[in-house]
Amino acid sequence: MGLEDLYREVILDHYRSPRNRKPVALPTAVADGTNPLCGDEVHVEVRFEGDALTAVSVTGQGCSISQSSASMMSEAVKNKSQAEIRDLTRRFKAMMDVESNGGAGLDPGRPGAALGDIEALQGVRRFPVRIKCALLPWTTLEQALDGQADSAV
Amino acid sequence: MTDLSHLRADFPIFSRTVNGQPLRFLDSAASSQKPVQVLEAMETFVRTSYANVHRGAYTLSLEATEAYEAARHAAARFINASTDTEIVLVRGATTALNTIAGGWGRRNLRPGDLIVLTEIEHHANLVPWQMVAAQTGAQLAHVRMLANYTLDLDHLDTLLERSPRLVAVTGMSNVLGTLPPLRIIGERARAAGALVVVDGAQLVPHFPVDVADLPIDALAFSAHKMLGPTGIGVLWARMELLENVDPVEGGGEMISDVTLDSATWAAIPHRFEAGTPPIVEAVGLRRAVEYLEKVGMKAVAEHDMALTAYLLDRFRELPDVTVYGPSDLTQRGGVVSFTLADVHPHDLATILDQHGVAVRAGHHCAKPLHRRLGVPATARASFSVYNDTDDIDVLIEALDEARRLFGL
Repeated sequence: MGLEDLYREVILDHYRSPRNRKPVALPTAVADGTNPLCGDEVHVEVRFEGDALTAVSVTGQGCSISQSSASMMSEAVKNKSQAEIRDLTRRFKAMMDVESNGGAGLDPGRPGAALGDIEALQGVRRFPVRIKCALLPWTTLEQALDGQADSAV
Repeated sequence: MTDLSHLRADFPIFSRTVNGQPLRFLDSAASSQKPVQVLEAMETFVRTSYANVHRGAYTLSLEATEAYEAARHAAARFINASTDTEIVLVRGATTALNTIAGGWGRRNLRPGDLIVLTEIEHHANLVPWQMVAAQTGAQLAHVRMLANYTLDLDHLDTLLERSPRLVAVTGMSNVLGTLPPLRIIGERARAAGALVVVDGAQLVPHFPVDVADLPIDALAFSAHKMLGPTGIGVLWARMELLENVDPVEGGGEMISDVTLDSATWAAIPHRFEAGTPPIVEAVGLRRAVEYLEKVGMKAVAEHDMALTAYLLDRFRELPDVTVYGPSDLTQRGGVVSFTLADVHPHDLATILDQHGVAVRAGHHCAKPLHRRLGVPATARASFSVYNDTDDIDVLIEALDEARRLFGL
């Protein structure tokens, strides 16, 4: 049925034991994302020192997909530059097929392409109605980055 | 149980499968499926009699007008309204409540006036009152919910001491299934000088409702939750109230005379029906009413309650299932919200969907109530005439898959 691909162990692990939930001291940008239709909520706090993201917190409430995606994202973006995070976000969206990549999913040949645990979310693609759950933390992080860019000017 | 199993064949949707499984549709509280009789009535009307209503002096327009007004008559008969003119055909229960809140509220409310609502309302019976309160300076107060998921009538009494202008309450909670005691609430509210408005979106499709016998002043409901089409619903209100309501929409058909600077209004109820109404949908509403009348609303209610009792019994055997709603069957209808351990309702709905089971997951347009319940979301099973205990058995069995996937 594909449910096995959707609810992988690593997803449930992040759902039940979400990482990086402690508030960030002196955040340089914050953003809130909600899906008003289903009620999922994500709150992102980041601190950049120079171009490096040195602290991140992602909290919220929602389904296992949105919350595990949030937790895995928080692990993936630590100590990355803005450009690297933008690239990661682009590749995550590509994996979710929301940006056309011919359904190829991840491009393992690209530098830093390995998304690690996050690849476990590939199973979501078979459940179109749930893709927005997986994307919510990432679009919220993008909002925070946009705010960060504004404040850096 | 009242045997309605022969009715299922009237609903074409059940000839399909979902994810390779027979469809187990348990989301009629959101919107019901439609019998072939409703679909055929609408199609026949479009094929043979369609034109705009109340306009042309030609045969088709007269036939269309008769069909449209026949829907008004059917709606009046269905809830035992004393006259067809107390029936306003609107887009749905939401528009009906907005018509009263905006049209009565803006005309009558003064700063400091009190509107009493309850904690268990759907957004459609909260937000319109918030809007009119902001516009008029009126205040809102909400009757509390007790631990047994019924309304705290002592708290209602306390609020009634403040002489509210109006009390608006659901006839049946779309989350808890709770049936507030409308007779008691209506009598007490009226004794305190308040008008009584009932959100009947869940009540009317599932129980016999007789407005002549209830101490209420207005009732809102939607066709699409009672086997009819989307896009049409009913506002019933007593004539004395309707005379005190301003139209919230201006346009064609709602006027008596128009100059470049002003207009006078058509008679009630047409002054509340600006623009071309949902004519085809009205035909569907009428046919849905006739369908339910033939089944009998008493039989519909008994069928719903038998399924509700069965589901609650099955859930009671499952310690990892939490039900949000009264356990007393006399205080509730056929809407059952629940959670399974720490499985989020969206995940549960996805898993059940793979078994052909359609349940709603989320806050069901009642976010304040979910905050009160202390959960962001619930899963919800709800019934209509086409459901049977097999649907419930499949739901219960499918919970096992959720347990397995989540390692419970």
